[in-house]
Amino acid sequence: MSFDSKSASYLDSIDVVEVQRGPEPGGLGGAYRAFGETLRGLKTTMARLVEGPMTIEYPEEKTPVYPRFRGRHKLHKFEDTGLEKCVGCSLCAAACPADCIRVVAAENVPGDRVSAGERYAAVYEINLSRCIFCGYCEIACPFDAITMGHDYEMADYDRRDLIFTKEMLLAEPAERTPLRSEGE
Amino acid sequence: MLPLADTNFAEATWIMVAKSVVIFAVIFGILPLLTVLERKLIGRFQHRYGPNRVGPYGLMQPLADVGKLISKESFKPENAVSTLFVLGPLLPVLAGVLSLAIIPWGDVQNGVGFYGIDVPIGILYFFAVGSIAFYGLLLGGWSSGSKYSLLGAMRSAAQLISYEVSMGLALLGVIMMSGSLSLVSIVHSQGELWYILPQFVGFLIFMLAGFAETNRTPFDMPEADAELVQGFMTEYGGMRFGSFLLVEYMEILVVSGIAAAMFLGGWMGPGPSFLDPIWMLAKMLALVFIFIWVRATLPRLRYDQLMSLGWKVLLPLATLNVLVTAVLVVVT
Repeated sequence: MSFDSKSASYLDSIDVVEVQRGPEPGGLGGAYRAFGETLRGLKTTMARLVEGPMTIEYPEEKTPVYPRFRGRHKLHKFEDTGLEKCVGCSLCAAACPADCIRVVAAENVPGDRVSAGERYAAVYEINLSRCIFCGYCEIACPFDAITMGHDYEMADYDRRDLIFTKEMLLAEPAERTPLRSEGE
Repeated sequence: MLPLADTNFAEATWIMVAKSVVIFAVIFGILPLLTVLERKLIGRFQHRYGPNRVGPYGLMQPLADVGKLISKESFKPENAVSTLFVLGPLLPVLAGVLSLAIIPWGDVQNGVGFYGIDVPIGILYFFAVGSIAFYGLLLGGWSSGSKYSLLGAMRSAAQLISYEVSMGLALLGVIMMSGSLSLVSIVHSQGELWYILPQFVGFLIFMLAGFAETNRTPFDMPEADAELVQGFMTEYGGMRFGSFLLVEYMEILVVSGIAAAMFLGGWMGPGPSFLDPIWMLAKMLALVFIFIWVRATLPRLRYDQLMSLGWKVLLPLATLNVLVTAVLVVVT
């Protein structure tokens, strides 16, 4: 880049912000400033000591989750009739980006109804080791049969134990997760 | 002028033995607690709790740590020099224990001095014995047969030599004011005024040099976990490594003890005389708190900054302090 008159005038025309430089290091002034800054640092750490710890001691204390937190899935039944809401349409399985839902539908027999619709889910499995908790299944479901719960403590020792069957998803989960109250 | 330590004061042998046992037991009881204290305080300084899982308030943590260290294999690198490698961690422990002897915990009561021994050369003994610890670091680092250890040992040597001078000069002011080298006499001469007030510069220099002597942040160049992987300790494992750590805390206690005796009036404090050791311990712990506080605050200095601080700032300042004190002592 050449520094002819043209480029100089260009530099003059724009707003040049001067670089902010700290004071020169070293010397008596530098020593004085270093001492002052050291004391300021000590003050800062002491203030942290006075404030006290902010740790949430996890297994004993838990952060409350928000109402729309997407945790482990739940399957629902009608409260009055006790019939399953799921009709085995497999829309959740189709919507699932992780392909972790398996639904096998079967016809309802008149004397022994399982669900409210014509068909019901004979097999309903969610492989939680694949699930990405996106909540698309919940959105896809036309009957609100599947929703995302609040449970997030699902660690296990075996991959096979992470495949949740219909019975496990229908069962009322042990409420281990505190819920955030209004306005919290 | 106060006299030197009373050389005619003698105690029965069994009292001496009992005293050394008590001092040894108390200090080695305090040391593990000190490690917990440090970790908990550093945690609090960082909005954390620190160790709180083992035992009540995490007090059993050092027991677990020592158990782990002892159960480890005490291996030795192939090209290490065996005898020196083993001697490395032992010398600093020896030096630390020896320096504990002169820390005064109280006056002579009922014919028993509340200190290990009142050496007439007091503070010189501290420097002489303290220097033995450096041999431990140097030999340990050198005999490990590793470049990190050697670099760490070289750094230790350079650092300890440059700060030892300032440390000595910082204490010289106090020695001139009290006219005695014996720590017990120095504490006695602080009846009206603690030396921290007239010798504040000396106190600052002593503490700064103390950080460097004990290899504590911001002067932990010899260890420098980040760059030198613990410096001279790189090749050590198991309880040998553990004893280096133990020595670090012992040295902190010793430096705090010397500072408390020289500048903070030692065992002096309100209350009956049997509280004297408590007062001394309280003052020492206050100084230990400063050690930890500084560690939680300051980052490690660069090597050239360390050297220039030692030789260009602390040494002239300490010399000036000695000169001014000398003039004032002669005039008044």
